[in-house]
Amino acid sequence: MTSTVSPASASRTGSASDASGSVPRLRTRQRGSTPGRPRRSVLLTVLTGLVLLYSLVPLVWLVISATKTQEGLSRSFGLWFDGDFALWDNIVDTFTYNEGVFTRWLLNTVLYVGLGAGGATLLAVLGGYALAKFEFPGRRAVFAVVIGAVAVPGTALAVPTFLMFSTMGLTNTPWAVIIPSLISPFGLYLMWVFASEAVPNELLEAARIDGAGELRTFFLVVLPLLAPGIVTVSLFTMVATWNNYFLPLIMLKDPDWYPLTLGLHSWNDQAATAGGQPVFHLVITGSLITIVPLIAAFLLLQKYWQSGLSAGSVKE
Amino acid sequence: MTTLHPPATAEPRPAPPPVGRDRRSWTGWGFIGPFVAVFALVFLAPIVYSVYLSLFRDQLIGGTGFVGFDNYRQALQDERFWAALGRVSLFLCVQVPIMLGIALLVALALDSGRLYGKSFFRISIFLPYAVPAVVATLMWGFMYGTRFGLVGDVNEAFGLSLPDPLSPGLVLASIGNIVTWEFVGYNMLIFYAALRVIPHSLYEAAEIDGAGQIRVITAIKLPAIRGALVIATIFSIIGSFQLFNEPSVLQKLAPNAITTDYTPNYYTYSLSFSGQQHNYSATVAIVMGLITMVIAYVVQLRGMRKGV
Repeated sequence: MTSTVSPASASRTGSASDASGSVPRLRTRQRGSTPGRPRRSVLLTVLTGLVLLYSLVPLVWLVISATKTQEGLSRSFGLWFDGDFALWDNIVDTFTYNEGVFTRWLLNTVLYVGLGAGGATLLAVLGGYALAKFEFPGRRAVFAVVIGAVAVPGTALAVPTFLMFSTMGLTNTPWAVIIPSLISPFGLYLMWVFASEAVPNELLEAARIDGAGELRTFFLVVLPLLAPGIVTVSLFTMVATWNNYFLPLIMLKDPDWYPLTLGLHSWNDQAATAGGQPVFHLVITGSLITIVPLIAAFLLLQKYWQSGLSAGSVKE
Repeated sequence: MTTLHPPATAEPRPAPPPVGRDRRSWTGWGFIGPFVAVFALVFLAPIVYSVYLSLFRDQLIGGTGFVGFDNYRQALQDERFWAALGRVSLFLCVQVPIMLGIALLVALALDSGRLYGKSFFRISIFLPYAVPAVVATLMWGFMYGTRFGLVGDVNEAFGLSLPDPLSPGLVLASIGNIVTWEFVGYNMLIFYAALRVIPHSLYEAAEIDGAGQIRVITAIKLPAIRGALVIATIFSIIGSFQLFNEPSVLQKLAPNAITTDYTPNYYTYSLSFSGQQHNYSATVAIVMGLITMVIAYVVQLRGMRKGV
């Protein structure tokens, strides 16, 4: 019996995943925005180019500045190289300064992002799927409360969360940063929209008729269909955790648990404190090292998150 | 896909359960349960706790006592709070329209298909979003410097004397510039994604009617992405009212221009972590949260109703 059932469901899975996997992307390509083939405009390109310059010049400044020594920074013009090319020295210095504390911050950040953003994505995927494909008691209430919560300023929650966590003994531990990162209302919303579009009800029906349990159906049938949405949500939760500053600022006292953002900030402030040694070249090089992984992730995964986003905007 | 085999000990198959939206059972809770549990811990519990906190006060005599709405009364008469709120409101009224306006223009330009190198534009303008606010602020802080920074370089190279971006009169605009830089691309992408899913048939109809580009934009594109516009506006309002990272990082560079009560959030932070006034801090945070929610709600109602 099993052998007659599985090919059918397998072929259905295959065709459906082909279809919905490429639908968002195909859609963006096929639907040309404006009728016909508009002529390209130099004027419009130049005007948009101004915004492009505005976006890129600070990043160019950062890259160029990361090649300079501390003296070179004040000596040379900001948007051009100084005589000494000190990028490698700066990178080595960044990682070794103060007994390699930067490496520690980097690892902390990876830990917070891995558990925080990874967990947030998992919860959002599970929850979004439930909202999209199940009718359960309290579904509307869950939805209303979560959407309402988006409007609550995160920082309004910070003080009470800190006090709560401090009575629970969680402050100054990684959990204080990870646990609040686990909730992404935006991620839940995006997964809900995405799952309603990308997972055909007939497919779920077929899997259930085949006797697959809910978990099995979820992992083997649903999860592959949700891939572009998952990439999108994980990228955005990753950015949120990687860039988090306020939460670790209030939760962590011990520099050993700092993420990169907090650490860089403490280096920057070092010059302002009495007797502190200014290490601006390290702040700049450290900043560059901090943003490279995220920019790389966005560039490499473009195709996925852009199709995920356009699917998300269908319902807006 | 061979792994889809049902378990070997296939029990007698029950009547096929109704699927999807018709299936009214608790199964869905198995999937949403974890989210709801953590959500309750990090969203609902702190809200309840902060309401509780706001009704008490640390008194010199007798320790913490119940004071009813005294903290709220104090907050409503607190000039520092109102000054901070005024600052973020000004910020909101100037920065948000500029940022969303630029984002919308770029999205429309990308969508018009008239640009050379479209995908390069799209990804490059988006990139600053991936830069942490702290790093963006550190970076711009360096560039703003009139002695070593880019502003100083430009002054020297062209014999200009550009005003100090970190002086008290300009610092809010300088913060606005940083925030705009960070989020223009993100908003552009939201608008662009919404523009891409407008059905092609609408454009064909417009073409038959002989509608020009501008007419297509005002009659088709803008109404079609109204939802995205409203959502971006609401997020920007929330973001402006929560302003904290940028001023707090710039504070060391511009201690005279940025006080520790510069924005409502900065104020609650200072109250709580430098002043140990947790109860009052929670009150200010609640008042600010309520104001944000009311404004976001009004924008949503108006935005959704406008122009049918």
